[in-house]
Amino acid sequence: MFRARSIQSSLSIKDKILSIDYILVISIFILGLISILAMYSTDGGELKYHTKSHILRFFVFFGMFLTLSFIQIRFWHSQSYLIYILFFILLLGVKYFGLTSSGSKRWLDLYFMNLQPSELMKIGLILFLAKYYHRTSIENLNRVRYLFLPVVVLIAPIILVATQPDLGTALLIAAGGLTVAWLAGVRVKFFAFSGLAFLALLPIAISFLKPYQKSRILTFLNPERDPLGAGYQIIQSKIAIGSGGLFGKGFLQGSQSYLDYLPEKHTDFIFTLFSEEFGFFGSLFILFLYAIIVWRIIKIGNVTRSNFGKLFCYGFGTAFFIYVVVNMMMVLGLLPIVGSPLPIMSYGGSSMMAIMLGLGIVMSCKVYKDTPVN
Amino acid sequence: MLSPSSGNTVIKSKLIGRRMFLLTAAKAIVTFGIIGRLVSLQINERSKYKTLSDKNRFREWKLAPERGVIRDFFDKEIASNQQVYQVHLIPENSKDIEKLFVRLKTILNITEKKLFYLRRVIAKQKPWEPIIVSDNITWSEFSRLNLFLHELEGVKPIVSVARMYPDNSSAHILGYVSQVSAKDLQTKKYLKDLHVPGMSIGKTGLERKLDEEIIGKIGFQRYEVNAYGKRIKQILINEGQAGKSFKTTLDFEVQKFTSELLKDKAAAVCVMDVYNGDIVSLVSSPTFEPNEFVHGLDKTYWNSLIKNEMKPLTNKTIAGLYPPGSTIKTLVALSALENGVIKPLDTFKCEGKIELYGEKFHCWEKDGHGIVNLRKGIQRSCDVYFYEIARKLGVDRLSETAKKFGLGKKVLNGFIEERAGVVPNTKWKKKFIGQNWYLGETLHSGIGQGYFQSTPLQLCLMTAQIANGGFEIKPRIIFDKKNNNLREYIKYKNENPNDPLPTDLLVSNFELKPLFKNQEHINLIKDAMFSSSNEPGGTSYRHRWENKKFTFAGKTGSSQIKRFTEAQREAEVKQESLPYKDRDHALFVAYAPYNDPKYAISVLVEHGGSGGKAAAPIAKKVIKKVLERHELRKRIDSLLGEQV
Repeated sequence: MFRARSIQSSLSIKDKILSIDYILVISIFILGLISILAMYSTDGGELKYHTKSHILRFFVFFGMFLTLSFIQIRFWHSQSYLIYILFFILLLGVKYFGLTSSGSKRWLDLYFMNLQPSELMKIGLILFLAKYYHRTSIENLNRVRYLFLPVVVLIAPIILVATQPDLGTALLIAAGGLTVAWLAGVRVKFFAFSGLAFLALLPIAISFLKPYQKSRILTFLNPERDPLGAGYQIIQSKIAIGSGGLFGKGFLQGSQSYLDYLPEKHTDFIFTLFSEEFGFFGSLFILFLYAIIVWRIIKIGNVTRSNFGKLFCYGFGTAFFIYVVVNMMMVLGLLPIVGSPLPIMSYGGSSMMAIMLGLGIVMSCKVYKDTPVN
Repeated sequence: MLSPSSGNTVIKSKLIGRRMFLLTAAKAIVTFGIIGRLVSLQINERSKYKTLSDKNRFREWKLAPERGVIRDFFDKEIASNQQVYQVHLIPENSKDIEKLFVRLKTILNITEKKLFYLRRVIAKQKPWEPIIVSDNITWSEFSRLNLFLHELEGVKPIVSVARMYPDNSSAHILGYVSQVSAKDLQTKKYLKDLHVPGMSIGKTGLERKLDEEIIGKIGFQRYEVNAYGKRIKQILINEGQAGKSFKTTLDFEVQKFTSELLKDKAAAVCVMDVYNGDIVSLVSSPTFEPNEFVHGLDKTYWNSLIKNEMKPLTNKTIAGLYPPGSTIKTLVALSALENGVIKPLDTFKCEGKIELYGEKFHCWEKDGHGIVNLRKGIQRSCDVYFYEIARKLGVDRLSETAKKFGLGKKVLNGFIEERAGVVPNTKWKKKFIGQNWYLGETLHSGIGQGYFQSTPLQLCLMTAQIANGGFEIKPRIIFDKKNNNLREYIKYKNENPNDPLPTDLLVSNFELKPLFKNQEHINLIKDAMFSSSNEPGGTSYRHRWENKKFTFAGKTGSSQIKRFTEAQREAEVKQESLPYKDRDHALFVAYAPYNDPKYAISVLVEHGGSGGKAAAPIAKKVIKKVLERHELRKRIDSLLGEQV
């Protein structure tokens, strides 16, 4: 205990700065710059509202990410439950004080920004479970008694988010939580059982779905079912990506987005816009950047000593990867349109904030990699 | 040093690492899946999606081409174009179509039926494709529409051009245009890439024959549009190409003159240049108003056309079939001469009728013509004389000659309404009626009755080919600078009457096709026709021109509708006292001037009675008119000749 303390205290500021993972920081920065260009294109080649506020958000939260990197890993560990509870309270707040927009209640008005607590909960749940499984001994791990709390902290926010309604985010929150649980060593049979239970409850769940959600799923199965209605987004997105070809139509030349054929081009379909303008090679480059980011996060998980750090890095890295591929598969027509932003690229403050928060904790795992958490 | 749980911690770390490794493998697979999808969309299918993207981006609005005009020989427009005011509507630009219709009804004269039709069209086509609410509104409606335009979203007032016929005297030969029907789209291949809503196409006559060329090439405007259909910018404009204009051989003045003469009659007149086959006039009566067809036909007008027993919609000159009657006698005589069946001076005695196997065959002259030779036979149109030579000639040799002179087949190209008629012979009867030929039928054929059916144009062609000395000509109605060498040949012959060169060699030099074996026979017929029109006793003697300039040589004819009963014959029933429907068709064919033939004419008056009384007077007037205009025509001809 004592020695660990001495290691930590022996870290000078210079050591800390040097121990930052620069490949990760640079990759994120490049991605941020690309996202600004893409946003500029969605605004039709003018410096308008979306671009301006995206630039502001990126730099503010990028700064936040760098700052959070120097917060001790021990702090994150000790405050995990509290952070989760804080985010959960915010989620509850949405239910009672939330802003309603296009039929769903997702946002809290914080005067300087509209906060979407469900995005933060993605991180909160991973943080909670990382700590929980860090503390749970390997013998107890698969005891039903020890499964009770994880199930509660998993289900409670998901129900709140799903009833906003925001099915996409609810599923992504669940994905992060389940990943951590599985990585920690929870037996596959529990996942299988809960999967079966989920399937059994599926008909009931479907009856709770809004008509537009049902239609989205049906449309995914057959996009030409309703080419002017729900299938429109998938079809137009595929046309935009496909017509980009190898090298793309050129910056600011994406006719699909420029002429408004592309829906939600700032948020969910930002990758489509980029892919239309920069083609196959541009898309590969973006994919490459995301791969580097995920690789660096996992790598940090490898070098960090504590299981809390490992679980968080692996959990967050995997969740990050899932956010990316779900979004991409969605715009490529491989998944139904569930409404999930592309990390860093998409317009949206809460998503940016949550991702940067997660990255900050990951970086803190790097800086304090040899520091035991308890 | 290590806490009790540190071993535990290491095991846990290993477990986490192992599971993370599995996850990483899964991630790689998913990543390759995404790359595969990108390859498939952006590389394999990129041309498909590029096309789809362009389809999104671009919209084309077609522009109807201006139809070519049709002119007469003197370059007067006989089918021209006029400015019309139209109302178009682009459904997607209107927020509420029903409200718009209500508003439009107060401004324009639109029926509920028309609105019903428009709604159906809107439901069928793309929302950005314009529909034509009304294709011909008056100026006052048009200005009122422009006044209220600000409250009529989606409505576009358009100034366009449409077909206009300055006169209806040539309605049949010109035909008419009207809206494209679903059937037209199926049957006419050239319309496939050409169809623009509201475009008119030729339905009959020249308009139909020339349609493919006269219609022009379609133009289009290509716009880049956004997802809401708003035009962002014009990318391309192709004005299209106005249709080709055509010059015909018709003389508008003669058309008008003739049409006026035929008013209130069911009749037809054809006039043809005997040398080059140029059709100078082709009039069918009664006529109709072709302008009525251009902007959608009025039902009551249509019904009045359909119910009229004079059949105003039929072009009688090429689609009306009539027995040629006595006009065929020229060919019967010619055939008999050519085949050596008779000599010109061979005589028969006409006692008003002959009997064959107990059947009586009457001459139109009850008391008979007495001793008749070929010249007198044609002059008086003696039926008995022709019964005798037809019997000797036989129907098969007669039909051969008749076909050579253009009967029994279509003589103009490309008119769907034209009919071929019938030149009967033994084979024909066996094939189409399934019976053997009777000798009595040969006798009927010899005076142009029985199965014989011909159009007035065929009779005109027949006469022209006799008049020009027996050479084949091709009737034509589209002006063509190219001429055959018939005129030069005649000139050469007149200048060198004693040229030693045999006829057939000359013919081959001038690329002509003679229809005779011995041209002397043709001259005999021409002379007999002269006597028929200009010598006392001739069937059209009363209607001759004394003036050498207009003197014509002709042949009358009347084709029987109903056989006269013996009782009627005895009672000497006059044609005029029969019911209209039972009266004979009156026919007259002629060429003029006699000493230097220039034009051939055929006149038909349905149920007009005898050819001499009903048809010859019309021919007389038309011949004068045509010959009076001959100098003018020749001048144009030589002018055009110089240009070549």
